Amino acid sequence: MTVSYALLGLLEESARHGYDLKLSYDRRFGAAKPIRFGQVYRTLAQLEREGRVEVAGVEAGAGPDRKRYSITPEGVTDLETWLAEAEEPQPQLQTILFTKVVLALLSGRPADQFLDRQRLKHLGAMQALTVARRNATTTHDSLLIDFQLFHIEADLRWIDHAVSRLAMLAEEVRDDSDPDRP
Amino acid sequence: MTPILTGRDLHKNFGVTPALRGASLTVGEGEIVAVMGPSGSGKSTLLHCLAGILTPDFGEVHFAGRRIDDRPDRERVQLRRTAFGFVFQFGQLVPELPALENVALPLLLAGWRRKAALANAAGWLPRLGLDGVGTRLPGELSGGEGQRVALARALISRPKIVFADEPTGSLDSAAADQVMELLVDAAREQGSSVLMVTHEARVAAYADRTVFVRDGVDAVSVGAP
Repeated sequence: MTVSYALLGLLEESARHGYDLKLSYDRRFGAAKPIRFGQVYRTLAQLEREGRVEVAGVEAGAGPDRKRYSITPEGVTDLETWLAEAEEPQPQLQTILFTKVVLALLSGRPADQFLDRQRLKHLGAMQALTVARRNATTTHDSLLIDFQLFHIEADLRWIDHAVSRLAMLAEEVRDDSDPDRP
Repeated sequence: MTPILTGRDLHKNFGVTPALRGASLTVGEGEIVAVMGPSGSGKSTLLHCLAGILTPDFGEVHFAGRRIDDRPDRERVQLRRTAFGFVFQFGQLVPELPALENVALPLLLAGWRRKAALANAAGWLPRLGLDGVGTRLPGELSGGEGQRVALARALISRPKIVFADEPTGSLDSAAADQVMELLVDAAREQGSSVLMVTHEARVAAYADRTVFVRDGVDAVSVGAP
């Protein structure tokens, strides 16, 4: 799911071939886990079927023809909606949050507003869990809720930290823009 | 919800450094509000202006329908003694006085007879899990016990509002939970509002509403208005 939106975000920046997309993705998001070519092409095919990307041109080369993809207005709307939505607090959320922040900065959208919305969502979840813990009848239940609370709190600390580093990250994202960007 | 405390468009500079730049905040009767924000965001200054400890350079503070920021010090001191309760990060108990007398202090300052004040204070100790510590000096209490004594001292005069600045800042998470549960329960029981500054989301999660302060301006809030 996150990969689809990451590719849409990169295509919103500029139309690209699958190969360029893989390189851009790895540079921005794939430090720990580079994306495989197969996954890039499968995702592009899926996005094309859904009308979120389209083929902007085909170039003949030495090897197979190379398709150049661009994002459609439906794709932009979809990306916009995803970026604006706060995520439900859950384990393994860091990748999604990080992707949203980078894509927002890449496209000049307000990343701080996204992080503010996400903070509210997290804090709302913590309020509900705190009430649930106070109503818990056993230490067992109360400790299970504590486990969730501490994890959400860790996300929140990352969000606060990210807000304080947004200007620096924005600069890096700009400096790291593709040299062939139109 | 009827507002008990309102700060409007508050500005405060320390020398050339702006601490508040147009912050506004309302606390309802019986409402528990947390203020969060990065270090240096002005959250403690906001609390001190609302509590009448600091005078804002611009803007107004109203308590129970009356403007208080323009009142003379003498009146504000009186208000802090009778209608406000305070809890700070390190308790700020009087080191020479045993726990029981620390709890009774607001009543003694308000002119209660010593015997009556101490008897009232003694009723608070078991409520806050402090049985048997009344004769101990603050230096002989654990961090959590000291903070609970500070809590009893803040609540004993049945204030309309309790101001708490990092009330659990020096405690581990279990002691912090205990202090917060006692603060929230006691405040609800006697209908006191609470305005607390904290950098811990886990503590803010006890509040009905959380307000974020950034660069001296309140940004967003979560919870019922």
